[in-house]
Amino acid sequence: MRKVYIAADNIISPLGFTTGENAASLKAGEKGIHEISDPELSPVPFHASVIDTTRLDERFSEEGDPEEFTRFEKMAVLSLRDACSRTDADLRGARTLFILSTTKGNIDLLASSPSDERLYLWQTAGMLGSYFGFGYKPLVISDACISGVQAIITGARMIRAGLYDNVVINGTDIISEFVVSGFSAFKSLSQGPCMPFDKRRDGLSLGEGSGTIILTADPSLAADPKIIAGEGFSTNDANHISGPSRTGEGLWLAISSLLSRTGGKISYISAHGTATPYNDEMESIAITRAGLQDVPVNSFKGYWGHTLGAAGIIESVMGIHSVRNGILFRTEGFSEPGTTNPLNIIARTENKQIMNCLKIASGFGGCNAVQLFSRE
Amino acid sequence: MKSALKISGYCLIRKNRVVLDGRVLFETGPMDFSSFAAEAYLHFNTCYPKFHKMDNLSKLGFLASDILIRDKKITESFKGREIAIMLMNSSSSLDTDKTYQQTITDRNNYFPSPAVFVYTLPNVVIGEICIRHKIYGEGNFFITEKFDAILLDHIVNHLFNDGLALCCIAGWTEVNGENYESALFLIEESSGTGSGIANFGPAETESIYQGI
Repeated sequence: MRKVYIAADNIISPLGFTTGENAASLKAGEKGIHEISDPELSPVPFHASVIDTTRLDERFSEEGDPEEFTRFEKMAVLSLRDACSRTDADLRGARTLFILSTTKGNIDLLASSPSDERLYLWQTAGMLGSYFGFGYKPLVISDACISGVQAIITGARMIRAGLYDNVVINGTDIISEFVVSGFSAFKSLSQGPCMPFDKRRDGLSLGEGSGTIILTADPSLAADPKIIAGEGFSTNDANHISGPSRTGEGLWLAISSLLSRTGGKISYISAHGTATPYNDEMESIAITRAGLQDVPVNSFKGYWGHTLGAAGIIESVMGIHSVRNGILFRTEGFSEPGTTNPLNIIARTENKQIMNCLKIASGFGGCNAVQLFSRE
Repeated sequence: MKSALKISGYCLIRKNRVVLDGRVLFETGPMDFSSFAAEAYLHFNTCYPKFHKMDNLSKLGFLASDILIRDKKITESFKGREIAIMLMNSSSSLDTDKTYQQTITDRNNYFPSPAVFVYTLPNVVIGEICIRHKIYGEGNFFITEKFDAILLDHIVNHLFNDGLALCCIAGWTEVNGENYESALFLIEESSGTGSGIANFGPAETESIYQGI
């Protein structure tokens, strides 16, 4: 079986435009979530992690004319450009697949131009694919909040099956009136910045961002120290379309499948940790049922908010960074344990050598996904 | 490489007609999709009141899969965790996105509905099918310009080769305005009981999809 290595990555967020910049911000205890008062996004103020438009356009002007690209495209192009510049892999041939992970793509265009072809996610992926000259027809994965983890699972499987040598995966979602109003109608939004796994958590904070991971079968292209994208699985709760299972069934099933197939010890879990009362409770149940309640676990949602289709990529990139650099980041927003099953929540950023990172995610539609990243 | 795969059944729903394994099981005169879906729901004794709360994309995928799953009794042959659902379409949930957008466009008539918003994600149809039939296996939703027989071949073969599923419901479910079309295939290992409709491969799924 071919191994799948991480060749390069990137994160675009309010906390930085590279993985390194984001890691430095996290280490310094900065967070991207602030109160947003923008009547074009919401009639009432809300808390979210939003990229400053002037800064985005300034950075993008080194790449192209900001007026000619949508907000979504600018974030995705910058992320892909930076990640691609960090690898010597030939990504233009037919042995490279491009996967776009997103929930809503250019959804901000729906109000102003409802027949715009850029509303079709395959068009968006096609535009990005031809902009960068990626060889084969791109693939779009849209599985709600697990999209990013699913894209990595799918890309790694494609490489292991020998269908491609490299897979470039970008996950992007933007803050829009559409998404803010929807989560607000669901009464899912937090009053202040979100507080994952905390006793007082009251909902999620939305975020926007873009993340890129480049997978390769070629060990000589793997960034050092070499990290392997191992097994990954998805499951369904078969319980409810908009609420997590009370028994954590699907997530537990996915984690236990992974544990039984890999057999190794898990050193760190990057949880979904949206900070809604139900999600975090469900994760604590599933993690405990899988016997991993003592493993250090964090949520990155307190820094970047919930970036939806980008979340699985951005959080995996930082999970990989953690394994590579021997660092465990604190769970921003967490101070007092607040789940029925106590977890080993990382409350203080510390240096620690770890062998692997288990990334987990759950989303609307009752879906769950898990992916393991390990040192070679 | 494990044993070859077979198509043990398929369900096509389009142009006000339901076709199972090549036989027309239900057909109506011209009417919109919502009315057609309601008629088909009754005709096939679906008996699932939550159906009426679904958006059109979920209704379409739910009907096609439900007809297939019940006809082949696959939940009697396989455990929930052994069944995978792999779907694709062209316009994601854009049809329902437009309905939802209408509830937030006018500030003087602002009534965003959680019941509509939840369907602005294409993979929710997979959740609806899983809830109905207690399916816990792999699930994924892909957005492609057109029905993509090669992609279908890649993802389904990998599931079986890697031991991730013993049965897979896979195919196309698209709703865009008054245009709708679902083509779902039931795929199993050839060594199972029955010879099936055809071998599973891109040429076979393409020709069934094209209605040849």
